[in-house]
Amino acid sequence: MKKYWHVINIGIQNNLTYRFNFLARAVFGLIPLIAMLYVWQKIYAGKGAGASVGSYSLAGMISYYLLTTVVDALTAVNEDDWQIAADIKDGNISQLLLKPVDYLWYRLCLFLSGRLTYLAVAAAPLALFILYHRQYLAPPASGLALGAFIFSTAMTALLQFFMSYAMAMLAFWVLEVSTFIFILFAFEFIASGHLFPLDILPRGLEQALYFTPFPYQLYFPVSVYMGKAAGADLLRGLLVQALWVVAAYCVARFAWRRGIKHYSAVGG
Amino acid sequence: MKRSPQNLKREAAGGSTLQPPHLPGPLSRLRQHASRYLGVYAALWKNSIAREMSFKANFLLWILVETLWFAMQLCFIGVLYLHTEHIGTWTKWQVVMLIGASHFIQQVFQAFFLINCTNLSELVRSGKLDFLLLLPVNTRFVVSFRQVDLGAFVNAASAVAVMAYAARQMHLAPSAWQVAGFLALCGAGVAIHYSLMFLLASISFWTVRAQGIVWGYYNLFNVARLPDEAFGGLFKALFTFALPMLLVSNVPVRLLTDKLSSPGPILLLLAMSAVCFAVSEWGWRASTRRYTSASS
Repeated sequence: MKKYWHVINIGIQNNLTYRFNFLARAVFGLIPLIAMLYVWQKIYAGKGAGASVGSYSLAGMISYYLLTTVVDALTAVNEDDWQIAADIKDGNISQLLLKPVDYLWYRLCLFLSGRLTYLAVAAAPLALFILYHRQYLAPPASGLALGAFIFSTAMTALLQFFMSYAMAMLAFWVLEVSTFIFILFAFEFIASGHLFPLDILPRGLEQALYFTPFPYQLYFPVSVYMGKAAGADLLRGLLVQALWVVAAYCVARFAWRRGIKHYSAVGG
Repeated sequence: MKRSPQNLKREAAGGSTLQPPHLPGPLSRLRQHASRYLGVYAALWKNSIAREMSFKANFLLWILVETLWFAMQLCFIGVLYLHTEHIGTWTKWQVVMLIGASHFIQQVFQAFFLINCTNLSELVRSGKLDFLLLLPVNTRFVVSFRQVDLGAFVNAASAVAVMAYAARQMHLAPSAWQVAGFLALCGAGVAIHYSLMFLLASISFWTVRAQGIVWGYYNLFNVARLPDEAFGGLFKALFTFALPMLLVSNVPVRLLTDKLSSPGPILLLLAMSAVCFAVSEWGWRASTRRYTSASS
């Protein structure tokens, strides 16, 4: 266990080297968000006072985007998938295979340290931004919702990581994995609720999305916070999310085991 | 006759001897220059084609990636317009046209310039820029045009298809001059993207790690495809007069869909593209002056 603490420690130090990169990312990332809020404000203004889109008032809609930004900052994989793929492609994993560390836990530690550093750097601009919009940000629906939100966000982080890890395993078989990563990312982008809350979709489409892991990568924790998933729905949602985490973990493990058999240590 | 660079050079040389020897004339010198650069550019194209064709599957996959992202943007607009009729005065198909135009401009930019801009930091880091500086052509020209992204032309074509479909839905029949003006304004938009990106890439002369640049710039593309009327205040001023993202695709589409009440925005777009280019040229010169080769 202790060795993984060291990995986290080293990971944080490594990541701090790129603190300006992180800061630029956080600040630049706010631009599309601000643009999105402008567009929604214009839409609501066109519909007249007190209008709503789906079940969202203007304040609710802005809350939604602010919350997705927070969850995204807490859980998004940064460059982990590229780094894992590069480790495999360049043969860097050879030296890690010789050490008494498990590559998946090793990467998970690096992922966590990456998130911690990102938060440390991005917290200030993000907090300022949210403070500026504070009149829109609703408090969590209840104490229970807040607890479930935190729990669900943690599972979201794991789900994001395991899915990226499994994707990066493709590097054992193909030379260039970025296209595959971008294809998955495109689906995540729209189906996880990045662009708009999923419950403004037509009902059938929204229900269909719940059969995929994507809503559990962002939309679900936010909807928990906003009290849209409560009672039995909440329990069922958390359970399904946990199942997706386990499934993604198993796929990641399986892909690694198959990949290692295929691995020929190019350049290692 | 095959048009190899050598042949072009020979043609150019032949052309100049037809002029009276005592009066070279600025025009003939210009023609000579142009045909020499065209020759160089033809050779660069040939290289790019050969390079792309050696990774065929990857080439096709990248087209798929871009198409997917384009489709996502269109879905997003589809969802927005499930809940509203207008964004400002923009109707659904006008916004579809806007997304198409923005994608078209972005892809043309990508076809000619994107890889070259992002490669600049690598050229500086590895010291390969030495070789390009020594070539007997304008360095900015080779650096900017070195590679062509052929897949982007396919993506640009799909953007044109979407725009044509949107035009049909609106029963829009633009006149020939509207289409020509639209294309010219798209050219100005590409020039803006290129100038700003090149300027950003020149930062790599100061800091070695400039990989975050593309990512940062992608955020700006997101602004370029939204209707300008949604914005106001400082944000609108910033993205009109400093980073003119709200002009790049909005103005051409306004011209095409008869949404312009005065020629003001057109002039502004043209002026801003000239300003952006001038600033980027200044930035490039200031940067190259700082260049100390990494290899020697």
